[in-house]
Amino acid sequence: MRGTQAGSAQAAGCATCHDCELLCALPAGAHEARCPRCDAMLHSRKPRSLERTWAFLIAAAICYLPANLLPIMKITSLGRAQADTIMSGVVYLLTHGMWPLAVVVFTASIFVPIMKIVILLTLLVSVHRASRWRPVDRTRLYRLTEAIGRWSMVDVFVVTILVALVHLGNLATVEAEAGAVFFGSVVVLTMLSAESFDPRLIWDRA
Amino acid sequence: MVASTPTDASRWVACLDCDLLCHLPALPEGASASCSRCGGVLRRRRRNSIERTLAFALAASVLYVVANSFPFLDFDMKGRVTETTLVTGVVDLWKQGVPEIATLVGFTAVGAPLVQLTLLLYVLLPVYLGRVPWGIRRASRLLRRVQPWSMMEVFLVGILVAITKLVDMARVIPGLALWAFAGLIVVLAAALSSFDPEAVWERLEHRR
Repeated sequence: MRGTQAGSAQAAGCATCHDCELLCALPAGAHEARCPRCDAMLHSRKPRSLERTWAFLIAAAICYLPANLLPIMKITSLGRAQADTIMSGVVYLLTHGMWPLAVVVFTASIFVPIMKIVILLTLLVSVHRASRWRPVDRTRLYRLTEAIGRWSMVDVFVVTILVALVHLGNLATVEAEAGAVFFGSVVVLTMLSAESFDPRLIWDRA
Repeated sequence: MVASTPTDASRWVACLDCDLLCHLPALPEGASASCSRCGGVLRRRRRNSIERTLAFALAASVLYVVANSFPFLDFDMKGRVTETTLVTGVVDLWKQGVPEIATLVGFTAVGAPLVQLTLLLYVLLPVYLGRVPWGIRRASRLLRRVQPWSMMEVFLVGILVAITKLVDMARVIPGLALWAFAGLIVVLAAALSSFDPEAVWERLEHRR
């Protein structure tokens, strides 16, 4: 059993509903309780939070390599085929003078995923070690991770739009490649990982 | 087993991020309260939350229909034109043998926003008319869970990047749906930021 922080809802025998945010008093001795307002299962902490976060995070880290090494799409134009990876897409924008977009894509596709993995790893290790190091900042890091994760989807959408627009037979076609599947997996898995993590664990021993 | 609520539940809340029990003062409309320990938002009370959200959601559903029924980009390469709607893009991906990506894009850019809009209207319209929507508990839970997966604003950035990549190759003509799409993102963001689930619960409790 994890230590409980004085002044926390858990120490007072209460739990906040994950779905409607109502503060409920847990009946003494009950293993399961439902929210009186929205009928969701009540837990004072997300169930199996650390295990689930680790599982999704490890899966995301495994997919991260093929996502960046394999081409995400193949562009064939007038018989000339060219495979694009995430990084070569950024380089293309950069060399064609569209550096603001290059910055956007670099941030969304390369910087954000790696940062999410690093932040979640840091949070997990700090919770396992019952660290007391700057809980406010760690909570902020978590909120940041949750907020920016979705933006990594940009490249998946770009591939979709190019595939949909450019199918002109011999003239020009764009095909999605395996890298796109891995990249989409990284985005979804890191989102699930962040969603599974319970920031209140940071405070339980702080 | 159903849990009981503390007698003064409306005045005590626990921070979602650090679990600190906080006393929530009566907030005027438009004000917000945050946790004294970690800074997490405890409650954000919106002005006319139900009416405003409903208005934005209605506008958004009109734009949603336009955005999904007209082509959003025309691609003109040496006189050969392809038109794309959101759904044909997803179908093309599926046919090409990448159903994983097709499912992901279909869900995040088409499905989740649709569920989100439908549920907002489904919950808010009866509440506005003074009724209790059937299955409100399930609807409100689903609404909350689908939110992170609705990614239309990210899709718009994807469109911008795709257009820039194509300008060298051919002429890209923005279609009607693209403008509807841009409007939809703004209106949906406005709907979500004025949405306050607590206000819905309060009004329902008031009725009982």
